[in-house]
Amino acid sequence: MYAYDEIDRTLINERVTEFRDQVKRRLSGELTEDEFKSLRLMNGVYLQLHAYMFRVAIPYGTLSSEQMRRLAHVARRYDRGYGHFTTRQNIQFNWIKLAELPDALADLAEVGIHAMQTSGNCTRNITADQWAGVAPGEIEDPRIWAELLRQYSTLHPEFSFLPRKFKFAITASQHDRAAIKVHDIGLRLHRNAAGETGFEVLVGGGLGRTPFIGKTIKPFVPGRDLLSYVEAILRVYNQYGRRDNIYKARIKILVHELGIEKFASEVEHEWQQMRDSALTLDDAVVEDIRSRFTYPAYEKLPHMPDELKQAAHDPHFEAWRKNSVAPHKVPGYAIVTLSLKPVGGPPGDATAEQMDAIADLADKYSFGEIRVGHEQNLALPHVARRDLPALWRALDKIGVATPNINLVTDIIACPGLDYCALANARSIPIAQELTRRFANHDTANLIGRLHVNISGCINACGHHHVGHIGILGVEKNGEEFYQITIGGRADENAAVGTLIGPAVPYGEVADVVEDIVEAYLALRARPDELFIDAVKRLGVEPFRERVYATR
Amino acid sequence: MPLVKHGKVAGDRFIELADDAAIPDDGDILVSAARLLEDPQGLARRAGRTGVIWPNNRDVDDLLPWLDRLAVVALVFPSFRDGRAYSQARLLRERHGFRGELRATGQVLRDQFVFMLRAGFDAFDVKKQSDAEAFANTAKRYSVFYQPTGDGRVTALHRRMQLRHSENAGQ
Repeated sequence: MYAYDEIDRTLINERVTEFRDQVKRRLSGELTEDEFKSLRLMNGVYLQLHAYMFRVAIPYGTLSSEQMRRLAHVARRYDRGYGHFTTRQNIQFNWIKLAELPDALADLAEVGIHAMQTSGNCTRNITADQWAGVAPGEIEDPRIWAELLRQYSTLHPEFSFLPRKFKFAITASQHDRAAIKVHDIGLRLHRNAAGETGFEVLVGGGLGRTPFIGKTIKPFVPGRDLLSYVEAILRVYNQYGRRDNIYKARIKILVHELGIEKFASEVEHEWQQMRDSALTLDDAVVEDIRSRFTYPAYEKLPHMPDELKQAAHDPHFEAWRKNSVAPHKVPGYAIVTLSLKPVGGPPGDATAEQMDAIADLADKYSFGEIRVGHEQNLALPHVARRDLPALWRALDKIGVATPNINLVTDIIACPGLDYCALANARSIPIAQELTRRFANHDTANLIGRLHVNISGCINACGHHHVGHIGILGVEKNGEEFYQITIGGRADENAAVGTLIGPAVPYGEVADVVEDIVEAYLALRARPDELFIDAVKRLGVEPFRERVYATR
Repeated sequence: MPLVKHGKVAGDRFIELADDAAIPDDGDILVSAARLLEDPQGLARRAGRTGVIWPNNRDVDDLLPWLDRLAVVALVFPSFRDGRAYSQARLLRERHGFRGELRATGQVLRDQFVFMLRAGFDAFDVKKQSDAEAFANTAKRYSVFYQPTGDGRVTALHRRMQLRHSENAGQ
């Protein structure tokens, strides 16, 4: 865990005071809605279909049990008793009253969480691998750098009014769980030939209307130069990014229009003029941040404790363990993913009661720490393997032990037309229907890893472009239609999916997904050829034929 | 629109000159970029002081040859969502050493004051009277700053290091 000190807490409190003044000026009419809009957006407040929506940042996906309890409190006190975890390690509350927002923020500030820059045309929440610091084989804990970037980007005096929003993601693992290739800046920690630690910097990835996979702008930037290099990128973007058309304002369009070589040389030119500046991170500064990340005092524990051997006789436990438990870098421990994708439920939602219970379980079994992943699930990052059976029973009781992690029902979905003012179509009911169709765990397990991502409009908050199966809601003559893509992925081999054919009406989406899955089961070379690999080998055509033969 | 200088509402001695108006020999004037670049030497010979209103989509490099003869550079915020002038301000102050008045014009609200001060602005053409009057209080709203800029405020990272050293020294 990173512990905020007095300095961090002071800034958050000052921000709450400022926002309280802004809300007061809006309520008194001193600020017009148009003026207030940019101000509230920079503090995570959207005006949605039915109410204000409030988005709270969970930097690099790490939460303490105390913070989780406070989120539960906000859900209960200011909202309707639940929250929605998003694809960018945020949580959203959908029914907040504007007049109460400053109080909700003040309550959150007491435990060091905030909503700064969770919206608006500024640097958004810095996201990271949700297994950072515990995944085996990591170069180092990427959250140290994510925290440096969080501080650097918070209330930045030059880059708070960029052409468009700006998202960072960071990983230090070979396997990318942070989707860095679909972010404005993606950072991959690695070691160069000399053994130094630094970053491969990718730029210009993103989804939305015009999806792009990020391109490497510099294969190695030493850690000490990270902030100056990032500042050079942001300065070039701030000055030359398009502001004439909101749909062409992201950095990906600038990179695309200039070409990566030209863009890289502009950045290099800028960087050479300021790389040796106050932004240089000397070792002492990095160590100071590092020292405030605390790690549990792990015990020496067996890999195969008796508790685990006994529980192995229970097929339900075994199904869950095989699905939701991942190896930890420390022997005797495990990383446990909590599914927020119950059959028939909206993906990513948690009730206040669940949040409180998860906080208690984190205290009991995970050194008080919880993680939030971009797949809209939670994780307990430090669970002793001997505690797995007891933890499983407790998780099952509160409905977060569905053994469907990475399976067809582990769906990413945006809020869609049920909540969102931008949406063209519903997302949640599609996800709910799919979880019912594939509710049988044995079937889902037989299908294997398969990511279904659903967005209710072209803005792609549900990351449909990078779903193995992507579903995009569109509107045709006042009716909801859905375009289906396959072959997308968000990991280290990131790719944008390919459209399989004409859009289908709302009522047929689940049938189409079933057809695609059946085609895959019939066509796969071996049981362990994953859906995504089969699509790569076979192309779209056999799936298109299967889906449209009878339509 | 009220002008805020040195932290309070002040009278503006500069007059914005229309592009087709004759250039007076004395008096303080603000001219457009086009007018400046048309006859920079002529403007420099005037008895009065000269400033320029520099658009936010033009590279400040074009201004550099004349920078030391300008009393004011006014940068433009056509809407407060358009943040290009923050970069221009930092470049002029921090890279090119401009010491004259750096004025923020356009849609300037109290909510930008801290950002603008940090970027190097020292004069503010504020849109609303109430915001201009709130300047002093708004400007000290924050006491913690995460980024180093040319304004010399100590960053959080360095304040922590100082605290750490003083703790160690006390042991």
